[in-house]
Amino acid sequence: MSKNLTVTSSPHRRDSISTQKIMLMVIIALLPSVVASAIYFGGRAILLIAVCVATCVLTEFICRKLMKRNQTISDLSACVTGILLALNLPVTLPIWEAIIGSFVAIAVVKQLFGGIGQNFANPAIVGRIVLMLSFTADMTTWAIPKYYQASEGVITGATPLVSGDSSYMDLFLGNVGGCLGETSALAILIGGLFLIVMRVITPSAPISFIGTVALLTFITGGDVLYQVLAGGLLLGAFFMATDYSTTPITEKGKIIFGIGCGIITFVIRNYGGYPEGVSFSILLMNILTPYIDRLTMTKPVGAKYPEKNKEEVSK
Amino acid sequence: MKRLNSVHLKHCKNTEDCSVERLPLPKIVKIPMSMHMGAPCNPLVKVKDQVFVGTKIGDTDAFMSAPIHSSVSGTVKAISDYLMANGRTCKMVEIETDGNQTVDENIKPINLSDRASFLKSVRESGAVGLGGAGFPTHIKLNPKTPIDILVVNGAECEPYITSDYRLMLDNPKRILGGIKKVMKVCGIPKACVGIEANKPQAIAKFKELTKDMEEIEIHELPSTYPQGAEKVLIYSTTGRIVAEGELPSDQGVIVMNVSTAGFLQSYFETGMPLVERTLTIDGSAVKKPCNITVPIGTPIRDALEYAQTDIESINKLIMGGPMMGMCVYSVDSPIIKMNNAILALNDYVPPVTTDCIKCGRCIKACPFNLMPREIELAYKTKNVSQLQKLKVGLCMNCGSCTYVCPAKRPLAETNQLAKGLLPRR
Repeated sequence: MSKNLTVTSSPHRRDSISTQKIMLMVIIALLPSVVASAIYFGGRAILLIAVCVATCVLTEFICRKLMKRNQTISDLSACVTGILLALNLPVTLPIWEAIIGSFVAIAVVKQLFGGIGQNFANPAIVGRIVLMLSFTADMTTWAIPKYYQASEGVITGATPLVSGDSSYMDLFLGNVGGCLGETSALAILIGGLFLIVMRVITPSAPISFIGTVALLTFITGGDVLYQVLAGGLLLGAFFMATDYSTTPITEKGKIIFGIGCGIITFVIRNYGGYPEGVSFSILLMNILTPYIDRLTMTKPVGAKYPEKNKEEVSK
Repeated sequence: MKRLNSVHLKHCKNTEDCSVERLPLPKIVKIPMSMHMGAPCNPLVKVKDQVFVGTKIGDTDAFMSAPIHSSVSGTVKAISDYLMANGRTCKMVEIETDGNQTVDENIKPINLSDRASFLKSVRESGAVGLGGAGFPTHIKLNPKTPIDILVVNGAECEPYITSDYRLMLDNPKRILGGIKKVMKVCGIPKACVGIEANKPQAIAKFKELTKDMEEIEIHELPSTYPQGAEKVLIYSTTGRIVAEGELPSDQGVIVMNVSTAGFLQSYFETGMPLVERTLTIDGSAVKKPCNITVPIGTPIRDALEYAQTDIESINKLIMGGPMMGMCVYSVDSPIIKMNNAILALNDYVPPVTTDCIKCGRCIKACPFNLMPREIELAYKTKNVSQLQKLKVGLCMNCGSCTYVCPAKRPLAETNQLAKGLLPRR
């Protein structure tokens, strides 16, 4: 009798995809926005991103240690959260506030619920909202990009959503005031397209999200292109409304999620107290995700449902 | 027609150009009494009995079973207990070969007459589904409902395996002969042969040979996994859906592997029961991948040595394909009836499982639209009613969900465990 061999259940082969690779692709997709933020807002943008990433990774490391769970920082998801949160902050935000935001995102939103895949809300979104509510003044001071020709000498200004006077080209390239990563539509579209091509995300949620905002703006006679390009809509639609754990799992669910986000964003932008509603809309829809999931379960091929149950349901 | 979900695998058909060679006669063969779905056979021979090629050595009165024949001529050396890959034990007849391969005197060509005697002969041949499942053929060919389509499985969707492909190239007439016999005796008006598009030569050959046969259709199928799974094949060739709790025959369909059809033809020509098997030997530990014909019961070691395998380096041995094949714990286990491939790997690294990230890839991969992630959650909480709602019973264990999972979770395995929680019907 020779030595016994490894025995496992089938299949004996796995695809080369891994959580780490998926997160790495998201990081690559965010790089154009990172570069754009450095171009428009200078070195401090990179500093802010570095601080957020470092805080997120360190917080995750300490949380996992304290909870005596296996270490998960190598899956790069904390890194993604750090970059995303930083891209949602204005460049002038004090460093210590960014650290608080990053800590809340990872410790409270992600790790207290069990870590990757278990959180019900998007960590970066909640991090941003906590900062928004705690340090409203700092979070709504928008630095004017270096190349903004129209108002020389001015250091800060309003978000284009409020001022409403930016040109489409400036909005598309990112030459406007706003958060680090939300200003350049071009950079976000490059990253979003990369994720779709690499099959990391499907276009369902972004298209239904942006489409709903555009449609509602069109119906109410607003400036469709301006509403789509200004503010955080594109960043939110491509990078946060497509987060795996906090959005519905089926394509049908993703479309419902996107439409819901679009409606809430439109309502907040036009009738709410805040100029921007993207992060609130995504958070609210995150909360509805388990219900959307339950309503959009797939129907298996060849499944039979007993007649009895149908009667019971109708009663 | 909507296509079912599927995954794309690297084909790794390294042996597609290797014509079938015959393995030199092994010194000893070990024939387990369970090489089919159903009840194991009882040995009909004793130690020191003389047996010949084709001598029946195992049978049972159970309905769901198929008899077993000696694949060599020689002397019964021992009747031992054999621990099978599925964890059960059965009797195993070990026969020392005498090298003459004398054929049993009762073996003679069979005259095809009526359906009842046809089915009886098929049972006596020991035929089982050679695609891998090992369903006794005489039961499959005797359904309770009328059949209007015979689906012939030439998909061979598992990576590496090319034994069916070689048979389709080298002996297509034998396969067609078997198909026609079954159609004639069972009164089936139409046959569909499904072949994956990655076998253009086989498709061309079959189209050429059947161009005057209106009753036999050749279907070119997309080369995706699991194209050769019974229900998937039925759907892609006939458009019929075999629903929950149904057999293919409830939809008027019987599915038969090309190798089984080929065997039936040669059995009726010669009378020789199922005593040998053509299979692919491949895998990272194999230096000379090949297709070989071996007597059933040949120790895997003999076949691996013939294929110049570094046996010491093997860390995983698979009977069948890499997706649905079963692990074998020892190179001294025998090759059995439904063994279409032996894969010897020396580079197997157990995957590290991490937490589910809810990416939904498993749902998009499942041919039947099941939700493996939800099934896993329901299984963890032993929520039987939720498992029933999720229709875990439909899972055919094709392994697509496990294959695509970025967190490397054993989803297909969990589905099988979850099935165990369902109340028995």
